Amino acid sequence: MMLDVNHVYKTFHPGTINERRALAGVDLHLEEGDFVTVIGGNGAGKSTLLNAVAGVWPVDGGSIVIDGNDITGLPDYKRAPFIGRVFQDPMMGTAPDMQLEENLALAYRRGKKLGLRWHIGRGERDMYREKLRELNLGLEDRLTTKVGLLSGGQRQAVTLLMASLQKPRLLLLDEHTAALDPATAAKVLELSDSIVRENGLTTMMITHNMRDAIRHGNRLIMMNNGKIIFDCRGEEKAKLTVEDLLEKFAQISGNTLDSDRALLN
Amino acid sequence: MGAYFASLNFASLPARMPSAVAQGILWGLMALGVYITFRLLDVADLSVDGSFATGGAVTVMLIIAGWPAWAALLAALLVGVLAGLCTGLLHTKLGIPAILAGILTQFALYSVNLRIMGMKANQTASLKTYGMFWENGGKGFLISSRYVPQAIGIGFLLAAALIALLYWYFGTEQGSALRATGSNPAMSRAQGINIDRMKVIGLALSNGVVALSGGLMTQFQGTADVSMGRGAIVIGLASIVIGEVFCEAIFKKGCNFSVKLLFVVLGGVLYYMVMTLILWLRLDPNDLKLFTALIVALFLAVPYLQKQSISSFSRAKKRGKKEATEQ
Repeated sequence: MMLDVNHVYKTFHPGTINERRALAGVDLHLEEGDFVTVIGGNGAGKSTLLNAVAGVWPVDGGSIVIDGNDITGLPDYKRAPFIGRVFQDPMMGTAPDMQLEENLALAYRRGKKLGLRWHIGRGERDMYREKLRELNLGLEDRLTTKVGLLSGGQRQAVTLLMASLQKPRLLLLDEHTAALDPATAAKVLELSDSIVRENGLTTMMITHNMRDAIRHGNRLIMMNNGKIIFDCRGEEKAKLTVEDLLEKFAQISGNTLDSDRALLN
Repeated sequence: MGAYFASLNFASLPARMPSAVAQGILWGLMALGVYITFRLLDVADLSVDGSFATGGAVTVMLIIAGWPAWAALLAALLVGVLAGLCTGLLHTKLGIPAILAGILTQFALYSVNLRIMGMKANQTASLKTYGMFWENGGKGFLISSRYVPQAIGIGFLLAAALIALLYWYFGTEQGSALRATGSNPAMSRAQGINIDRMKVIGLALSNGVVALSGGLMTQFQGTADVSMGRGAIVIGLASIVIGEVFCEAIFKKGCNFSVKLLFVVLGGVLYYMVMTLILWLRLDPNDLKLFTALIVALFLAVPYLQKQSISSFSRAKKRGKKEATEQ
């Protein structure tokens, strides 16, 4: 297995009035090349699961294993060699005060030792220009632009490129199109799909949009109350419809996905 | 009014300026240290008030102990690095907010500085005893208020060397990681950067530079005082904001990092010239800190006020009223 999440628990604000069990013994096993979409209502534990895998904070119980290496005890920056991340907030994935090429150069060195060599090497600019051209956003001529001057969609596309520049073992997409306008969101999603396919990346993608969850990837998991309540793949997943998912959710959780109905259009 | 103008000594103003420029360069060097934390790391580090005096104290005591002035200066730099390390570890290992960590270090350094100076509030190393470095085979002072033109030249050379060094460092992979830490910590972690380590390195580097300039100031004045660093952070901020405003006015489209750093030093010079002018105008020296605070507040407010002039609630209100009356 490429990724093993074994009985992972996480409770926020333990012992206070705000105590909330976000992960209640999650088990998940991904095979090499799996592209799994993650759905579920608000507070189901989707983002918590991704953050647990990324190592944003230590988990309360269970273990996380990548390629047979137990990484449960590593903080996020030490997991960076294996993991590429794109956040929901387009502002979070890039350093606004630094140039586009400086951001890319840092991402190109993700997980490597950062020493006293010059921050950008010979020939790197040409490679970045080429990669940026593939994004089709006209960014190839703006290598020295401060990233803070780019739009949200551009920044999210750059973050995607940064996450894949140094091929990660696992790509984590946390509702990365939710803050974008519909046209840009569609474009960034399409871009994600092609980057995942071209590099054969093992990927987890959270989305609130069930149509996207069905259309993308080879596997779909549904979460509720900190647990995975539905997991399907391959043929079975390809045949899913939004109605199926809503029904499944009501059936298994005893609730309806009302709050998310509005987001289905 | 007439009596006031008659009391001004017009001949003395140009005579005072060279010394102001020399001191301004030294404060500008200190501002380069403040720039590392304030602009690159996005932390207002108040330990510099203490580490500036620490640099002075170490320098003066080692010179008295017979060290060559340049070696005393290097030792001052190292002790400054240690002071920055303290602030950095208080902040990252013990979770104390950066601004408080800086205040604690600064507070503690006051006692440390007194101890370094043998429990005296000030110590003097006179030029007569130790001489300039060109007089005694490199052992003497690097800079002195007795030789102001030379002080300006040497100060400028030192500033150029330090700017070159900082330009190089912040262009390396590690320097780039440090800048990313200040710009976006979440992104930095996702890129595998240990942001706590970067903060500690930045604070150590910054305080090293500040202590070095404290050591130079001590050589310039021939004396170190336990309170010589009081308000250093504010003077550093003043140099930075003054320098930046002029840099942006001259290079509208932004400029090279090394030019920005040069303008920070020039900001220090300008600040000191203005202060000299204020003193020459026979304003009470006790009001100087008030003036400095006003200048810093003014320049720090410029970017905000510029934004307000484009878009603000009060403007929106006026515009709404105007449109209503036009209809």
